[in-house]
Amino acid sequence: MRHFLDFEKPIAELEGKIEELRRMSEPGGINIAEEVARLTDKADKQLRATYAKLTPWQKTQVARHPDRPRALDYIRGLIEDFTPLAGDRAFADDAAVPGGLGRFKGRAVVVLGTEKGADTESRVKHNFGMARPEGYRKARRLIALAGRFKLPVLSFVDTSGAFPGVEAEARGQAEAIARSIEACLDAPVPVVATIIGEGGSGGAIALAAGDQVLMLEHAIYSVISPEGCASILWRDAAQAATAAEALRLTAEDLRRLKLIDAIVPEPLGGAHRDREATIKAVGEAIERALVPLLSQDGAALRAHRRQKFLEMGREGG
Amino acid sequence: MSWLTEFVRPKIRTLFARREVPDNLWHQCPACQQMIFHRDMEANLKVCPHCAHHMRATAADRLAWSFDDGAFTRVELPKVPADPLRFRDSKRYSDRLREAREQTGLEDAIQVGHGRIGGRRAVVAAMEFAFIAASMGAAVGEGIVTAARLAVMQRAALVLYATSGGARMQEGMISLMQMPRTVIAAQMVKEAGLPYIVVLTDPTTGGVTASFAMLGDIHIAEPGAVIGFAGARVIEQTVREKLPEGFQRAEYLHEHGIVDMVVPRTALQATLARLLGLLMAADEPAAPLAA
Ligand SMILES: [Zn+2]
Repeated sequence: MRHFLDFEKPIAELEGKIEELRRMSEPGGINIAEEVARLTDKADKQLRATYAKLTPWQKTQVARHPDRPRALDYIRGLIEDFTPLAGDRAFADDAAVPGGLGRFKGRAVVVLGTEKGADTESRVKHNFGMARPEGYRKARRLIALAGRFKLPVLSFVDTSGAFPGVEAEARGQAEAIARSIEACLDAPVPVVATIIGEGGSGGAIALAAGDQVLMLEHAIYSVISPEGCASILWRDAAQAATAAEALRLTAEDLRRLKLIDAIVPEPLGGAHRDREATIKAVGEAIERALVPLLSQDGAALRAHRRQKFLEMGREGG
Repeated sequence: MSWLTEFVRPKIRTLFARREVPDNLWHQCPACQQMIFHRDMEANLKVCPHCAHHMRATAADRLAWSFDDGAFTRVELPKVPADPLRFRDSKRYSDRLREAREQTGLEDAIQVGHGRIGGRRAVVAAMEFAFIAASMGAAVGEGIVTAARLAVMQRAALVLYATSGGARMQEGMISLMQMPRTVIAAQMVKEAGLPYIVVLTDPTTGGVTASFAMLGDIHIAEPGAVIGFAGARVIEQTVREKLPEGFQRAEYLHEHGIVDMVVPRTALQATLARLLGLLMAADEPAAPLAA
């Protein structure tokens, strides 16, 4: 069963009708092909029209779609010989931050991500993609490993944010995030980050302070969730759609503000409608972003990366 | 709201705020409720003489209290684009900025000065909570980058007084990008072999804590200061349990190894002077000062 979002209701109804007609037609063989074709065309147009002008709030829902490919899907789809590595060497392994060694298009890399989980069981296991300090410390450790062996770092970011918990604070959540950002900025190797779903604030930038930051067309990247922003600034969480608009959290907005480097187009109807094609497109975009970086030495990479972040937000307005 | 409150009051308030407070004024301590003579409170660095409660200090206070003999040169900070997203909630961000400027007399939530602490060259950057809860937007980020660059240029230590309610939401992702930008600032100072000391004051939360404020060579916290990443209310809602006694307070962070020391404000200048004396040679040759 496909999961439909609220604003996809008209599409859901059309697709339901098509499904019904198909089922009815099986034994009798009455001529419904024409009607099916007509409805399919209509559904297609509706889908195209809806997705051509998604509002920031609708994009937020698409970015959080339960069937959207997640970090481990990209790792499985794009990384050969994936060899997970575990732990921060101090406290624990954080399943919200899968990572390890592998091969991307034949080249050895370090890969990292924030993983939300696919079903109830795995969501609990991955803590819904909300990392704890040990997750960011593991990221830092793996980025340092990449630097030592001159391996590019690829990260896949999908998180509502860092985990807000008592233990997380006691173990230095803030320090862990700061050090992880620092590790990204310090890496003497290419760092390519992709925002694949939700890029939630500090928990996202911790793995995304890279040379190239890519973003899927319907992904969101924001300093605060629209709900959180609405409840603080509008004192009403129901104003989330308005907040989503105001925050400029879409890929298009962020590209215009020069805060991300490239947008990866999604299949019609969003990444969840064609996961394979999405994963393939992301792989190609990473390749395009990575190749020009490979010829630069560590010092040049660091200098350019710094320059890029230092220039952000200083012009325009 | 009448035109009078809307347009005239902020200006009157500005005049009043900038005027010297008369010496015979009394304050009430919010912790022990005792009355404190204004002059005593200022002499005691806004620490209650009865219960040692640390009241909120301004960025201007921090600069005045940090340097030897209170002598320093104020640093003018670069302008940044105002209201880049044309953000509007119940109020326009541009109006919020204008009001905050009128009320505080500052451009944004940070001030920077340079001078000497214990005889050593130091650049001090201090955040101002009265300015939109010292939330970090482009101006704060730029202030920190400027302070770091100045410290490197002068071969000076960087002392940073942190306080923040979190991100400047009205600047959206430009606000989030101040995290890597300020991390770079901290790196520049450290790479130059200069001390970077963070003084965490009440409250320091959110993106500020998760970037430059947790990367100091030495972390000092003021007694009782709330310091953390996530807000206590958010945590309570997430874990649905009562938070431990003293959670996210300076003493709790000290116990958990996140800050090096909890230092009362009245001992802070001496502590900074001692630390810089231990970390820096007495006669670091100064590079010629650029404008
Ligand atoms: Zn008192």
